[in-house]
Amino acid sequence: MSETKSGGLMGWIDDRFPATKMWNEHVGQYYAPKNFNFWYYFGSLALLVLVIQILSGIWLTMNYKPSGAEAFESVEYIMRDVQWGWLIRYIHTTGASAFFVVVYLHMFRALLYGSYQKPRELLWIFGCLIYVALMAEAFMGYMLPWGQMSYWGAQVIINLFGAIPVIGPDLAQWVRGDFVISEITLNRFFALHVVGVPLAIIFLVVAHILALHEVGSNNPDGIDIKKNKDENGHPKDGITFHPYYSVKDLVGVAVFLIFFSIVLFFMPDFFGLFIEPPNFEPANPQVTPDHIAPVWYFAPYYAILRAIPDSFGGVVAMGAAIAILFVLPWLDRGKVRSIRYRGLSFKIALMIFAAGFVLLGYLGTQPATELNTLWSRVGTVIYFGYFIFLFVYTAFGMEKTKPVPERVTMK
Amino acid sequence: MRKFLLTLTLALMPGLLLAAPSGGNYMSANVDPHDKQSLQRGAKLFANYCMACHEASLMRYQRIGQDLGLSDDLVEQFLIFTPDTQIHDVMTNAMTEEDAEQWFGAPAPDLTLYARRHGPDRLYTFLNGFYRDDNQRWGVNNTVVTGVSMPHVLQSLQGMPEPVYEESNGDRVLVGTDVPEEAAGSVSQAEYRAMMRDLTNFLDYVAEPVKAERERLGYRVLIFLFIFLVVAYLLKREYWKDVH
Repeated sequence: MSETKSGGLMGWIDDRFPATKMWNEHVGQYYAPKNFNFWYYFGSLALLVLVIQILSGIWLTMNYKPSGAEAFESVEYIMRDVQWGWLIRYIHTTGASAFFVVVYLHMFRALLYGSYQKPRELLWIFGCLIYVALMAEAFMGYMLPWGQMSYWGAQVIINLFGAIPVIGPDLAQWVRGDFVISEITLNRFFALHVVGVPLAIIFLVVAHILALHEVGSNNPDGIDIKKNKDENGHPKDGITFHPYYSVKDLVGVAVFLIFFSIVLFFMPDFFGLFIEPPNFEPANPQVTPDHIAPVWYFAPYYAILRAIPDSFGGVVAMGAAIAILFVLPWLDRGKVRSIRYRGLSFKIALMIFAAGFVLLGYLGTQPATELNTLWSRVGTVIYFGYFIFLFVYTAFGMEKTKPVPERVTMK
Repeated sequence: MRKFLLTLTLALMPGLLLAAPSGGNYMSANVDPHDKQSLQRGAKLFANYCMACHEASLMRYQRIGQDLGLSDDLVEQFLIFTPDTQIHDVMTNAMTEEDAEQWFGAPAPDLTLYARRHGPDRLYTFLNGFYRDDNQRWGVNNTVVTGVSMPHVLQSLQGMPEPVYEESNGDRVLVGTDVPEEAAGSVSQAEYRAMMRDLTNFLDYVAEPVKAERERLGYRVLIFLFIFLVVAYLLKREYWKDVH
């Protein structure tokens, strides 16, 4: 792992391709803070789930047929007649939800420890772009089984474009490629789901990791470990990613896979949340299901959409809920990063925000009764209120922070 | 550790919140994909009583034999009644949707995925929920599906139940069914319920044939993962003993 040129095969390769250099830069000699806690497992887990999804997806593609007449049956064919097809499909369906579980926890970590603050704004923006791409990927993937919820869920979401004034109806038709959701829509979603969006996600993940390694990892104390370096120029509070975090993440992988397997082998439907019961009925454009519920990971935004009485207003609110994440680094003017040293109001606000997000998620899957709509409005106010509060609280110097230690603490 | 558990609970909160069961008050079918005897009896009931009208068009006969421990000969003898049907064929019948519409007023739904779509408990309650109603086309109604267009094809077994009503706030509410002695069928009510449980169990199996296999495999995978976790943890502890 030294800088000196090695001989043999690696030397031959290194003269022609920066293999050892890249390894050292990103793994072997990448110094990460030594005080990572529970919340720092989810980055590497997200990468693991990405690989799981790509591999299981490739094998699903070998037997799936993206046609209106055959899609539904081909999925059941995979479940019944393809050797280990059921396992591959359940890996993919469980993986889709696991991806969002992991990503939501990963994002919450950034909120806890101010990982989006300077100099990590671009890192955060790449992350937000991954999140948006992931939502597009999941939305289009959900259509492929061509069940009732695939069809009507897509119908509802694409119709949202129709609510945009002037260009809306034409835009919705352009997205569908037809007057209603049809095989044409299925085919283009299939193409985007298996090639287009995954390529974008992989590119963005590479950019996300490059940006991370350029500025260095944040940590639960939110302090810059590069300020304290030893005589070799390595951060005193840093340890190399490999072997320290590669073996530590391996423990995280084991725990994750245990949870993953419990769902996959014993409750693949996960109480109708990961695979919704109406999707066991083939898509039928003539029959609308009684209650169209989005998959759980879209539910918070769906609740925000329904909280606004006006349909275009709802679309705007939903878009704004995601867009506001991008400008978070400039809304939070706090002097310290980590929740450990931030003001009490910040701690309370973040907890209320998290609770509000969970509340919205629950409401998004429920029928829009009067009471539910009222609660959705409360949740929506909490969601946007957090960002407004954060800006006012920090920009006008209202936050009383605790002193930040010089060196990281091991808790 | 306390912190870890707290965060874990927090992480699982949405799942717990949303895990509340939905739907009406159904009897519990208590399905068990590992009970092969029950599944075999259910398969026979399905072939004898349901398949004249209903199909399981994504289920192959041979797969049933393999999963339930029946030889191809036994499957052909006890489950296949339609002529020119091979052991590797799917469970279809000769009735067209148009005929069904004309005869019953509605097509007979394909039952391959019915149990996963509506849940086995609803199916079980439906099968136990027929009662006499002379205003209906076939003289029967159902506690689960009001105005059902399906005749009580299991009447020879169960007999013809009468509806049981109770007064509640001045309204007459249907609370259940009861078979009077003179209308009894060939089996007792307890036997009938057991048969319907077998049939429901079978249809739940048909909806997901791999259920028993995935659970069996699941335990092995988990045993491996727990061993892997211990090894990974020991490795981590070894590497990290110098980090303070």
